[in-house]
Amino acid sequence: MNFLALFDLSVLDSTVRLAVPLLLACLAGLFSERGGIFDIGLEGKMLAAAFFSAAIAATTGSVWIGLLAGIGASLTLSAVHGVASITFRGNQLISGVAINFLAAGLTVLIAQSWFRQGGRTPSLIGGGRFEPITLPFADALTTVPFFGPLYSELISGHSILVYVALLCVPGTWYILFRTRFGLRLRAVGENPAAVDTAGVSVVGLRFAAVGICGILCGIAGAYLATGLQAGFVKDMTAGRGFIALAALIFAKWRPWHALWATLLFGYLQAIALRPDIIEGALGFKVQVQLLDAMPYILTVVILAGFVGKAIPPRAGGEPYVKER
Amino acid sequence: MTATHPAIELKGISKAFGPVQANKDISIRVMPGTIHGIIGENGAGKSTLMSILYGFYKADAGEVFIAGQKTDIPDSQAAIAAGIGMVFQHFKLVENFTVLENIILGAEDGGFLKPSLAKARKSLVDLAAEYELNVDPDARIEEIGVGMQQRVEILKALYRQADILILDEPTGVLTPAEADQLFRILGRLREEGKTIILITHKLREIMDTTDTVSVMRRGEMTATVKTSETSPEQLAELMVGRKVLLRVDKTPAAPGPVVLDIQNLRVVDEQKVERLRGIDLQVRAGEILGIAGVAGNGQSELLEVLGGYADGTGTVTLNGQPIDLTGKYSDGRSRRTNGIAHVPEDRQREGLIMDFAAWENTAFGYHHDPAYTSGLLSNNAAIKAETQAKMNRFDVRPPNPQLAAKNFSGGNQQKIVLAREIERNPDLLLVGQPTRGVDIGAIEFIHQQIVALRDQGKAILLVSVELEEILSLADRVAVMFDGQIMGERLSQDTDEKELGLLMAGVGA
Amino acid sequence: MDVMPKWAEVVLVPLISLLLAAILSALVILAIGEDPIAAVNLMVTGALGSTYGWGYTLYYATNFMFTGLAVAVAFHAGLFNIGGEGQAMLGGLGVALVCLFIPWPHWTIAVLAATVGAAVFGALWAAIPAYLQARRGSHIVITTIMFNFIAAAVLNYMLVNILRPAGSMDPATERFPEAVHLPSLHDLLTPFGIAFSKAAPANVSLVIAVIACVLVWVLIWRTPLGLEIRSYGKSHRAASYAGIGAVRITMIAMLISGGLAGMMAINNVMGEAERLVLNAVEGAGFIGIAVALMGRSHPFGVFLAAILFGFLYQGGAELALWTSIPRELIVVIQALVILFTGALDNMVRMPLERIFLAIRRGGTT
Repeated sequence: MNFLALFDLSVLDSTVRLAVPLLLACLAGLFSERGGIFDIGLEGKMLAAAFFSAAIAATTGSVWIGLLAGIGASLTLSAVHGVASITFRGNQLISGVAINFLAAGLTVLIAQSWFRQGGRTPSLIGGGRFEPITLPFADALTTVPFFGPLYSELISGHSILVYVALLCVPGTWYILFRTRFGLRLRAVGENPAAVDTAGVSVVGLRFAAVGICGILCGIAGAYLATGLQAGFVKDMTAGRGFIALAALIFAKWRPWHALWATLLFGYLQAIALRPDIIEGALGFKVQVQLLDAMPYILTVVILAGFVGKAIPPRAGGEPYVKER
Repeated sequence: MTATHPAIELKGISKAFGPVQANKDISIRVMPGTIHGIIGENGAGKSTLMSILYGFYKADAGEVFIAGQKTDIPDSQAAIAAGIGMVFQHFKLVENFTVLENIILGAEDGGFLKPSLAKARKSLVDLAAEYELNVDPDARIEEIGVGMQQRVEILKALYRQADILILDEPTGVLTPAEADQLFRILGRLREEGKTIILITHKLREIMDTTDTVSVMRRGEMTATVKTSETSPEQLAELMVGRKVLLRVDKTPAAPGPVVLDIQNLRVVDEQKVERLRGIDLQVRAGEILGIAGVAGNGQSELLEVLGGYADGTGTVTLNGQPIDLTGKYSDGRSRRTNGIAHVPEDRQREGLIMDFAAWENTAFGYHHDPAYTSGLLSNNAAIKAETQAKMNRFDVRPPNPQLAAKNFSGGNQQKIVLAREIERNPDLLLVGQPTRGVDIGAIEFIHQQIVALRDQGKAILLVSVELEEILSLADRVAVMFDGQIMGERLSQDTDEKELGLLMAGVGA
Repeated sequence: MDVMPKWAEVVLVPLISLLLAAILSALVILAIGEDPIAAVNLMVTGALGSTYGWGYTLYYATNFMFTGLAVAVAFHAGLFNIGGEGQAMLGGLGVALVCLFIPWPHWTIAVLAATVGAAVFGALWAAIPAYLQARRGSHIVITTIMFNFIAAAVLNYMLVNILRPAGSMDPATERFPEAVHLPSLHDLLTPFGIAFSKAAPANVSLVIAVIACVLVWVLIWRTPLGLEIRSYGKSHRAASYAGIGAVRITMIAMLISGGLAGMMAINNVMGEAERLVLNAVEGAGFIGIAVALMGRSHPFGVFLAAILFGFLYQGGAELALWTSIPRELIVVIQALVILFTGALDNMVRMPLERIFLAIRRGGTT
C-alpha cells in the first residue's frame, strides 16, 4: 500500500484544475447569498457561459471574446433571476430551478441550430482556448528537490483563469470586509430594512450582488469550455453548480474557507478519475459509481451538520417587503 | 424678527394600501425645538404617516414642508438629506455588526471602511458627551440590550445630523426606568434645538413629555392641541371617539383549589440562553393571574412551554396531574387533551392561519376532535355549522365562515380565536396580549368573555404588556423580569408605580 | 384583503403565465429559424391527431401526474422536493425487483405489488432528505438535488454490476415475465368497442394515476392530516401552536411525495419498457415541478397540467422527428412555465390586482 500516491503531483495538479470552476462558482454564490439572494441557478449560468464562450471562441478564434460572451450570457440569466427574485419578489429557489432548465434546454437548442453537431460546439484549437502559462523560472527550477517540481508542475502551467480565480479569493475577502460596498452587501443580506432606512437602495445592492455572481459564473463556465476542456458538450457542468453551493455552505459563506472547500471537492473529483491510484493506495477496488457519487454524498454529510452548523445570512431567500 | 417657520408642515397627506385608506387628508405643523406627540390606537395610521415623512412610502396626495421649504421625499435618502431621522418601533439594526458599523452604514465616507470607522468613532465620543448617549462602539448589536440598541438608533440619526427625530412607539420594549432615561435624553435634544415627534398609544407618555399633541383615529387627524391645555380623558375620547371604560366590570374573585401549579420551571432557548430561570406560580380555579412585565422577559416562553411548543424542565401539574414538559406528550395536542386552551400572543402568526377560511381556523388545533371528524375524514359540514354558531354567539363580523382569516379586522380575528378556545370548556385558559391591535369595542367584549370564564370557575393565566389591562382584568399580578418572578401582588393592593419598579427588576 | 376574485386567482393568473411562456417559446422557435405556427400544427396533429398520438400523450401525462402530485404534496407542506427524479429512479428499481424476483400469477396482483414496491422505494429515497431537514435543518432543496445524483450512481451500480443478465452488454435488467404485462389502453378499451392504437404505450397506470389524483385531493382537503400539512406549509409557528409536529409533518409529507414520484415507475418501467433501463425517468421528475406550479398544487390542476405537458412532450418528439428542432425545446418550455407560473408570478399578479382594484373602485363610486 502507498498512501502517498493519493497525493501524487498529477492528482494535485488536476485537483487545482477541477477546483477552479467550483471556486469561481462558489465565490459567485457567496456574493449573491451574502446579499440575501439564494441562487441554485449557478449551474445554469455556468452552462450558458460555457456554451457561449465556446461558441464565440470557435467562430471568432479569440478566447477573450469568447470569455466576454460567456460572461454576457451568464449576466443575462442573472438579470432574469434578479427581476424574478428582487423586482417581482418571486421565489428564489423556483427562479433558480427555471434558470437551470432554461440553460440546459437553450444551450443544446442553439448549439444544434448553429453548429449542427448534436448539441456541441466544434473543438477549440489555438487561440480559441486558454493556454497554460509557464511561470518565470518554472523550467529552471525543476531540478530543485521537492520545491522544484511543486512549483513547475503544480503552481506553474495553468491557464490565466486559474490564477484569476485564486486572486478572487483575497479580492472577495477585501471587498466584503474592507470596503463600503462590502459592508452594505453584508448588511443587505442580514437585515435589508437596516439598509433601506439608512437611505441605501436594497434593490440596487441586491442587483449588484446578483450581477457579480453572474460575472463570476461566467468566468467559471468559460473556464470549463475553453480552459479545462476544448469546447462545449451538452450538460458539461455536470452538477458543478450544486457542488459549489455545497462548498459555499461548507465554507459558511467565507471566502478563504471557500477556497479550502472547493479544493477538497476538486480533489475528490480528481481522485475519482484515477481509480488505479486508489486501488494502489488502499489495496482494494473502490466502485467507480461510489467515487462518482462521493462529492454528493459528502455534501449531504456536510449539510447534515456533522461538520459543524452553518448559519446562512439571515435575510437569505426572503424577498424584501417594506414593513407597514 | 421674522416669523419662525414650522420645522415640519404636512398638508393634505392621503395614502391608501389597496382598498384600505390608511391616511386621509392629514395636515400638521410642528414648531422647531418642541416635542410633538402623535397619539392614536393601533391601526389609526400614525406609523404610515411617519413612514411617508421618512420616504418609506409615497403619499397619494399632499405636500411636505421642511423649515418652510416644500420638500419632496421620494426615499429615505431624501429624508436623511432633509435632516429627518427616524427610530422605528422594530429597530433597523444589523444584528451581527458592531455599533460602529451600524452607525456608518449608509453614511460612510468614501469607498473604504477604515477612515469611515475612525471618523465615526471620534464623533461618537462627542455625541456621547453632548447627550449622555454612552455606548460601546465595538459591541455587537446582538450582545447589547434593547435600551442600548435604541440609543444606537438615536445615534445613527444624530450622526447623520438629523434636526428632526421621529420615534415610533419607543417605550414598548423598555422598562419604566429605561423609558425615563429615554425621555431625559429627548429633553436634552429639545434643549439643543432638535424637533422631536413622538408616536405612541400611551397617554401618560404624551402628558409627561410633549409640548403639543395630535390625535389620530381611523386614518384621520381628529385634533391638535397644546398638551398643557388638555387632559388624558379628553385625549382618550378623541382617540376612540367615545367615552372609554378604563376599568372592567367584575365582581371580586372567589378562588377555588389550585388548578395550575408550576415549580422551578426552566426554559433554555436555541441559543442556549436560559429564558425562564426557575418560575414558581399557582393559578386557582375562578381567578385570573396576570403576568406583567416588559416584553421579552420570558412571558412568551412561559406561554410557549405551557402551551406545549417549547421544551422545559421543572414540575407543572394541572389539577394535581403532572404534565410533560418534553417529549412526545408535551405538544399542543396533548395540552388541549389535558384541558388547557390557549389564546396566543400573536394571533396572526400563531393563533390563525391567515390564508385559511374562518371555519378551518375554528377546527385548527382541534381538528382531531370526534365532533369534527368522521372516520379518517374531516367532517367539514359539522365544522362549518359550528363556526357559524360561534360567529353568531361572539358577534364576529362579517359572520361568514368561508371568508379567509386575513379578511377580518384584528378584533374579529381575536374573537374567532377566543370562540375556539373558550368554548372548549378548558380547565385552564392561557391568554397572551388579548387586546393587542384590537379596536376598543372588541376590547370590552373580549374582557367580558375572559371574566365570564373566570366566573364559571376556570383558571386563567393572562400575559399582557399593558399594565392598565393587567390591573383592570387580573385578580392577582405576578411580575416577570429576566426570566424570573420578581413578586406577586393582589391587584387591588398595588399600582402602576410599584409594578413598574418590579418590572425594572428593582425590589422583590 | 383579497383583491382578486377567486376565479381570477385560480384560472386567469396561470393562463396568462402560460400564454407568456408560449409567446416566448414561439420566439425561441422563430430565432432558430423555424415556423412556430407550423410547429404547433405539427405538435397538435402528432400528439392529438390520432389515437396513437393520444396514446403517447396520455402515457407521458401519466408520468407527470405522479411526479406533479409528488411536488404538489410537498408544496402544501411548504417543502420544495426537487428530488422527484431520483425518487422515480428508485421507484423503478422497486418495480424491477418486484417484477423480476416474485412469480406473479396475474398482472392485477402484480401491479398492486409493484405500486407498493415503487412507492416504498421512492418514499425511502425521500426519507433521508426529509429526516435531515426535519431533524438537522439541512436544506431539503440541496439535499434532494444531491440525492438525484446519488440515485443515478446507485441505479448505475445496480444495473451494471447486479441486475444485468449474464452476457448482456446493455446496462438494463432482463425483460419482465409475460404475466406482469400491463394491459394498454387498446386492451382496456377494445371490450367497449372503442378502437385505440395498439402501438401506443398508454396503459392501465393512467387509471391508477387518476385515482392517485382523487386520493391526494381527499388527503389534502378532506382529512385532518391534510389540514395539518397545509397548516405547516403556511406557518410553522402556528402549526406548533396547534400541536402539529414539524418532524412528523415533514416526514409524512415527504414520504407521500417520494412515494408518488416512485409510483411513476409502474407506468414507464412496468407498463412501457417492461424492463429497467438506465435513463428510464427521462426528466419526468423535474417536469413535475412545472406541472405542480401550473396546476397551483391542486390535484385537478395537476391533472390538467400533466395532460398539457404530455401533449408538449409528445408534440416535441414529433417536432424532433420531422423538423430540425431538437427535443430540448420541451426543456425550454418547461423552464419558461416554471419561470412564469412560479418565480414571476407577481409580474402577472400585480398588474391584474391593480386592474381589479380599479374596477372595484369604479364600481363603488
